[in-house]
Amino acid sequence: MNSFFVRRYIIAGIFTTIILLLVAKLFYIQIIDDHYRLYATKNVLRPIKQYPARGPILDRNGKILVQNEAFYDIMVTPKQVKPFDTLEFCKLLNIDKTEFDLRFQKAIKYSPSLPSIFEKQLSAETYASLQERLSEFPGFFSTTRYLRTYPDSTAAQFLGYIGEVTDRDIKRSGGRYQPGDYIGVSGVEKAYEDVLRGQVGVKYTVVNSHGVPQGSYENGAFDTVARPGERLKSSLDLRIQKLGEELMKGKVGSIVAIEPSTGEILAFVSSPTYDPNLLVGRERGNNAAKMYKDPYDPLLIRPIQAYYPPGSSFKPLSALIALQQGIITPQLTYDCPGVYWAGNHPVKCLEVHGVVNLSGAVAGSCNGYFSMVFQKIIDLNGYKKVDTTFSQWRTNVAKFGLGSRLGLDMPNEGKGFLPTAQHYDKIYHYGAWRSSTVVSLAIGQGELLATPLQLANIECTIANHGYYYTPHLIKAIGDKEVTTAEFTSKHYVGIDSLYFEPLIDGMQAVVDHGTAAASKIPGIVMCGKTGTAQNHGEDHSIFVAFAPRIHPKIAIAVIVENGGQGAHWAAPIASYMVEKYLTDTIRRPMDEFNRIKNANLMPDLANYYSSSKRSMLRDSIKKAKADSLRKLPAKKSVSTKSKKNNTIAYVTPQNNRRRYE
Amino acid sequence: MNNNPQRSLFFNVDWIAVIIFLCLCTIGWFNIHSAAFDPRYPSAFDMHTDYGKQLVFIIVAVSLGIIILLLESRFLVALAPAIYAITTLLLMAVLVVGRNVGGNQAWISLGGGFRLQPSELAKFSTCLLLARYLNGTNVKITELKSFLIAAGIILFPMALIMLQPDAGSTLVFSALILVLYREGLSPYFLILEGLFITLFVLTIKVDNHLYVIGPLVAIAAIIMLLFKRNKKIVSAVFLGLCMCIAFIFSVNFLYNHVLKPHQKVRIDIVLGITSDLKGKGYNVNQSKIAIGSGKLWGQGYMHGTQTIYKFVPEQSTDFIFCTVGEEWGFAGAVTVLGLYLFLVLRIIRIAERQRSTFTRVYAYGVASVIFFHVVINVGMTIGIVPSIGIPLPFISYGGSSLVSFTLLLFVLIKLDSNRMGIIYA
Repeated sequence: MNSFFVRRYIIAGIFTTIILLLVAKLFYIQIIDDHYRLYATKNVLRPIKQYPARGPILDRNGKILVQNEAFYDIMVTPKQVKPFDTLEFCKLLNIDKTEFDLRFQKAIKYSPSLPSIFEKQLSAETYASLQERLSEFPGFFSTTRYLRTYPDSTAAQFLGYIGEVTDRDIKRSGGRYQPGDYIGVSGVEKAYEDVLRGQVGVKYTVVNSHGVPQGSYENGAFDTVARPGERLKSSLDLRIQKLGEELMKGKVGSIVAIEPSTGEILAFVSSPTYDPNLLVGRERGNNAAKMYKDPYDPLLIRPIQAYYPPGSSFKPLSALIALQQGIITPQLTYDCPGVYWAGNHPVKCLEVHGVVNLSGAVAGSCNGYFSMVFQKIIDLNGYKKVDTTFSQWRTNVAKFGLGSRLGLDMPNEGKGFLPTAQHYDKIYHYGAWRSSTVVSLAIGQGELLATPLQLANIECTIANHGYYYTPHLIKAIGDKEVTTAEFTSKHYVGIDSLYFEPLIDGMQAVVDHGTAAASKIPGIVMCGKTGTAQNHGEDHSIFVAFAPRIHPKIAIAVIVENGGQGAHWAAPIASYMVEKYLTDTIRRPMDEFNRIKNANLMPDLANYYSSSKRSMLRDSIKKAKADSLRKLPAKKSVSTKSKKNNTIAYVTPQNNRRRYE
Repeated sequence: MNNNPQRSLFFNVDWIAVIIFLCLCTIGWFNIHSAAFDPRYPSAFDMHTDYGKQLVFIIVAVSLGIIILLLESRFLVALAPAIYAITTLLLMAVLVVGRNVGGNQAWISLGGGFRLQPSELAKFSTCLLLARYLNGTNVKITELKSFLIAAGIILFPMALIMLQPDAGSTLVFSALILVLYREGLSPYFLILEGLFITLFVLTIKVDNHLYVIGPLVAIAAIIMLLFKRNKKIVSAVFLGLCMCIAFIFSVNFLYNHVLKPHQKVRIDIVLGITSDLKGKGYNVNQSKIAIGSGKLWGQGYMHGTQTIYKFVPEQSTDFIFCTVGEEWGFAGAVTVLGLYLFLVLRIIRIAERQRSTFTRVYAYGVASVIFFHVVINVGMTIGIVPSIGIPLPFISYGGSSLVSFTLLLFVLIKLDSNRMGIIYA
């Protein structure tokens, strides 16, 4: 024993304390902290996604618009590859030796022990010849992948396309999507993504520290089965969709057809279009790049994204509003001398209409009559109250669905443009504008812009005598009809049904013996209205219609950009669409049909501004308009601006020199 | 004389220590079996596998223990300088002819697949020589000369091992300060060591030295003000403060200019400065995951996913404690630590019952070395100590380490069994 005997306790104490510190830390990471068990599980469990087949999309008669076709990826696990006849293998895959080496090195670089893709998306035919031989090449195997195919190569913009998810999609999905997943990017594919996608299944595989699979986890107790996407029945009618695309070949524009009694979209043609099969598979990237560069912008969904001045097709609206307000009666007549003087502005007619009532004015498309009616509405409370009466008029027009989205069940719907009183206050200063200043609105010109969908929807409203259903493209999901309140409730536009008759009389006359008489369909009473939207260069040819007059089954809007008068192109195209839809055949002479089908009306590129920059344009339009309104002569101002906003025409009161149809 | 039961072979053997030794070896084998399990060789005795080989090592170690008990131990005192000299020669030789394994030139090949790690032997010979020196009649550790000689005995092999460079083994010798403390070294050395470790961590962790030096000066100033009448304390504190500041700057220099990048990274990971989970920090992170996933009762023998699928590198050697933690849980880990604590406390008990200073010093040496190994090894696996590759005594896979620890322990048991006999020298 020596004097430092007591130090044994200090040393023992140090030992004990330090061991207890270790125990405390162990207690923390083993008992308190739950993360480590999770990390350990994450280490060994690889959830392998089981992708369901995406739901097919059908037309209203059950014809397939999109379905899935099996393609085959050849995979390779470099570690499992044993010496084999490389040349033979290359021959089967139709690649050369250097390409083979390149890909093989890439696979090794990715991981020697994990499979990676060696050859992508072989078609069933190519794969068939390879399949039997594949077992001769250990380390190589195939996996099946389903890709979208479009048997009729139709309705590209309507159906939209799918693509790999972006980082933003992943963030917003809250874990539903992971890198490499596919998601609907536009059209129906995007709108009904949740339905079409199905439910991804998960298969848990246990892996070791090198990521090599070691078998299933707990015999698959936690695995979930992939549930295929639902079959989606759309309201589209494949017959008239294809006919519409055929007729619109060589033209820029769109066709929208809606069933008035339901609001279902029957045709949705955007021209120029493209073969949707181009956006699938190995050449997708190249094809997409080409389309982006195409100045006519085939990717633009014109029925809902292109804005046009509605022209004459808009005329009946103000008349209906005036009737409802009691400002005019159907019997009111107007004696057209061939020009209407709105203050100092002359509004010319195509001809001297003489004495016309409402029906006559519609049938003859009398600019003077409708300008008169418009001024009556706006000036109802005198010149000082133009602001309020204009706003009232705007509210009434907006009820028809102009200036706002209709709520089509498809993304990227445009609003169009319906000017407000404030808009004119800004341009002309407060109180410095009169009904005469904005009289071009009466005939669907001026600042007014609408999408083809909105125009077709107005025809639905007229066909229904005062209400419309929210246009929609969905008919059924799986075997279940879609009957949501959103699509079955009537939207009334605030016009009593009795006021529609004189208007419809006029519209019938347009087709029977008016401007569109050449497009009369034997045996079918079609009510329509031609329109010629003012434009620099050639006018836009517009025709809106519904048929038959009793129990209307189809309402349609056709726009052929720079096509000239409505009666020349838009009206016959609409008539063929209606005839095909109602009778399933076209009985009229094929000469005329072929003339229209084969006509090339593609606008001159020098004047055609790539519409992919349309969104930028929209902002610049207002400014351009404001400028052009102040500058005279108007013609010059238009031409100076034409480079900026070619596709969207505008006509201002000052440059209102041209004759209106 | 030999028939006297008091002189029988295992008379006075401390069976408790032996049993703990056997327990640890057994625990070690089972955990190595799990960690190194190779489905190609299902037999537990297959010589292709680590567990098959470890079984041989255990048999060798037990045989060695028995042989040590059979031998006469009284010559050890006389032989201590010779053993120390031989070890020193080996440590020098290894720098010339040694085999480089994993960056450390620590092994001498003996042929036939066997190899010797002189640094393992150095722990034994240093303890022995230290014991012999402190056993001297005129030696008082409180005297500067004796202290310097004792420190020299410890520091010399440290310096040689540092040249290999084997930081882990070098650090083990620092544990021997506890021996010197027990023999009378001023407790200030312990306090200073603790203070230096704290300052070391703070210096590396805090970017700006002023944040460390500032509070330090403040504390020193307060103490000096409180004891301003006592000149001795004031000057001591002032001296200490100066040393601390000097230390901070030298640590900074060492850390930034002397330490190799991989060593810096290891320290950084422990201090939570960087977390390079895929690179340098991978081992420790996976090790923590393994231990943490064990929860209270563990995943079960041969059921730890981290262990089966080999997520922790070097799991049967330096990271064997992961297997314990993962498969046997908190309960198993505490049991193992408890056994170690029991062992070192038992060794202290053995030490204090000696009449011979030699055996007592040697015993404290053994306890310190084992304890240091356990703390550093376990601390490393749970991420509170930098990754220093030193084995867990009796449990880690490896013949060299098992044999050298057995040598350390059984020599002590043998010396202890002679405690009733003559007092050496």
